[in-house]
Amino acid sequence: MARPPKVVNKVPNSVPTTEAIPSLEPPATTRRQFLRSSGALLGAAAAGEALAQAPKSGAESPPAIPESMKAPGAPVGGKLYGEPSPYEAKVIRNVPSGLTQYISASSRTPLGDLDGIITPSGLFYERHHGGVPAIDPAEHRLMLHGLVKTPLIFTVDDLRRFPSVSKIYFLECSGNPVYKKPYGKTASDLVGLVSCGEWTGVALRTLFDEAGLMPNAKWVMAEGADAAAMTRSIPLDKCLDDVLVVYSQNGERLRPEQGYPLRLIVPGYEGNMNVKWLRRLKVTDAPVYSREETSKYTDLLPDGTAREFTFCMEAKSIITSPSGGQRVPSPGFVEIRGIAWSGHGKVKRVDVSVDGGRNWAEAVLQEPVLTRSLTRFRYAWRWDGKPTVIQSRAVDETGYVQPTFEELLAKRGDNSFYHNNAVQPWRVATSGEVSNANN
Amino acid sequence: MPTIDARRRASRVCCALLAGAAWFVAFPVIAQTHYGFGRPATAAQLAAWDIDVAPDGKNLPAGSGSVAKGREVYNTQCIACHGAKGEGGIGDKLAGGQGTLATPAPVKTVGSYWPYATTLFDYIRRAMPLNAPQSLSTEEVYAVSGYVLFLNGLVNENAVIDAHTLANLKMPNRNGFIGDQRPDVKDSGCMRDCAK
Repeated sequence: MARPPKVVNKVPNSVPTTEAIPSLEPPATTRRQFLRSSGALLGAAAAGEALAQAPKSGAESPPAIPESMKAPGAPVGGKLYGEPSPYEAKVIRNVPSGLTQYISASSRTPLGDLDGIITPSGLFYERHHGGVPAIDPAEHRLMLHGLVKTPLIFTVDDLRRFPSVSKIYFLECSGNPVYKKPYGKTASDLVGLVSCGEWTGVALRTLFDEAGLMPNAKWVMAEGADAAAMTRSIPLDKCLDDVLVVYSQNGERLRPEQGYPLRLIVPGYEGNMNVKWLRRLKVTDAPVYSREETSKYTDLLPDGTAREFTFCMEAKSIITSPSGGQRVPSPGFVEIRGIAWSGHGKVKRVDVSVDGGRNWAEAVLQEPVLTRSLTRFRYAWRWDGKPTVIQSRAVDETGYVQPTFEELLAKRGDNSFYHNNAVQPWRVATSGEVSNANN
Repeated sequence: MPTIDARRRASRVCCALLAGAAWFVAFPVIAQTHYGFGRPATAAQLAAWDIDVAPDGKNLPAGSGSVAKGREVYNTQCIACHGAKGEGGIGDKLAGGQGTLATPAPVKTVGSYWPYATTLFDYIRRAMPLNAPQSLSTEEVYAVSGYVLFLNGLVNENAVIDAHTLANLKMPNRNGFIGDQRPDVKDSGCMRDCAK
């Protein structure tokens, strides 16, 4: 088992270490400030400037007794499938406006509004190539064939009988974001094509054992049962390592947008390879060179050549609070929070700079720190009220350091489209308004 | 001397090992990799679903289609999204762009970017037209593949396209792809007084 990553500043949430911030006030004061700040921040994110704390009745509480205490609430079973509070109605997927069509398109996770590492299933980012099919699981079949001794057809119930595996993995679209202007304004606009869930299914290796691999097997073509018949080739070694055929996400059956009733999870590899509505796995001796691995999902370079089979999502992080479109309510204590991840394994460290990238300090990593999962980080900052730029930088267990946008552009130009994992700087204005420092 | 807790832990480990051994002896079949779930696929089932086409033309069906027929199919099925001459619209630009890949404004089309003509047949058959995929006949797919190649100047107007044509057509950007060179950027990870 790998050693756990080094975790510094291992202290309660709102108590910064003196090492990080020498001039900080006593924890009690800080906590009050923090609560005030974070309340206002969340409100600003969810409801804009109108987030007033005062109740509609005009009666300040306390001393007024809350209305919720004066009559029984809604009955048990009033909602047989629970949903968020109506006050959270603005925390929804971020769908780009003005697209020419919405069949092969994407919507983004509202990263700036979320906490923790598990993305709620209903807020998972979407990238579909032929819309979301409506599939009856009783009708659905998975065919496993090609270079196997016994080609097999499985029902969903068959697959649920095999030994099961549950793992937490992130999923990220390879174009998150692209390299060209206009750059997004919010964390969601920029990097909202990443989400993280707990996946339950059967190891693909188990199914290979059942069918029996031929000695010349080298690749596996995965195909979806959607209108795009989405097709990707995956190296066999990866499939034998950690690929799952998944039927559940976050404890319940997959959502239709996530591939109901079956999908592949190819941990750390670009999202489109995690084929949804999985209907066929064909073991081959070479890639099939499908449209999605030739004309799309290849990375064009300035000299006119293009990289193909760029599978892995490299280490990346982003500050989600405070982030673009939000406002820091006042100078003083601000907990900088964000997410980090790497397709190559665990996040080893996240550095944060609050002075435009001149100096950096290690952030606290929130346990659990899991391989190919989102990892939460936080950093205790005391903002002096002056304009500045804040940003985060992930380092993964291979030692790879998340690069700056300038470093990526210098190597790849701005037509590469995929695999932009650059550091994202946020400008904090005197007013507290936060915006994309690249704009 | 071990503490009570340590002894309890050791005892638990021993029990687990013994239980594991007993389980293995009692149910050896579980240790095998074969579970017997799923059913063998029949030849007819395999043939109906096995639609992917390899760059060498393997798995392309018998049959053919002419560029002339392809023009008819294109003007009925494709023109609304891809434009009269493959110039694009709601759908991707399909023609032109050769020689632009190394410029600041590259134009990626079938003719300028796609490495294999077989992929054109494969993709049209599985996913086009957008509103009714898998509705075209084999002849129509060959024909319209041929017409897109014609729009790119890669076959002539009188051509008839079949498996042989697609597998043997050397696309202009066939050698334009290289492997994954990442990590291609190495940030120093500077912590103090870094250049901005």
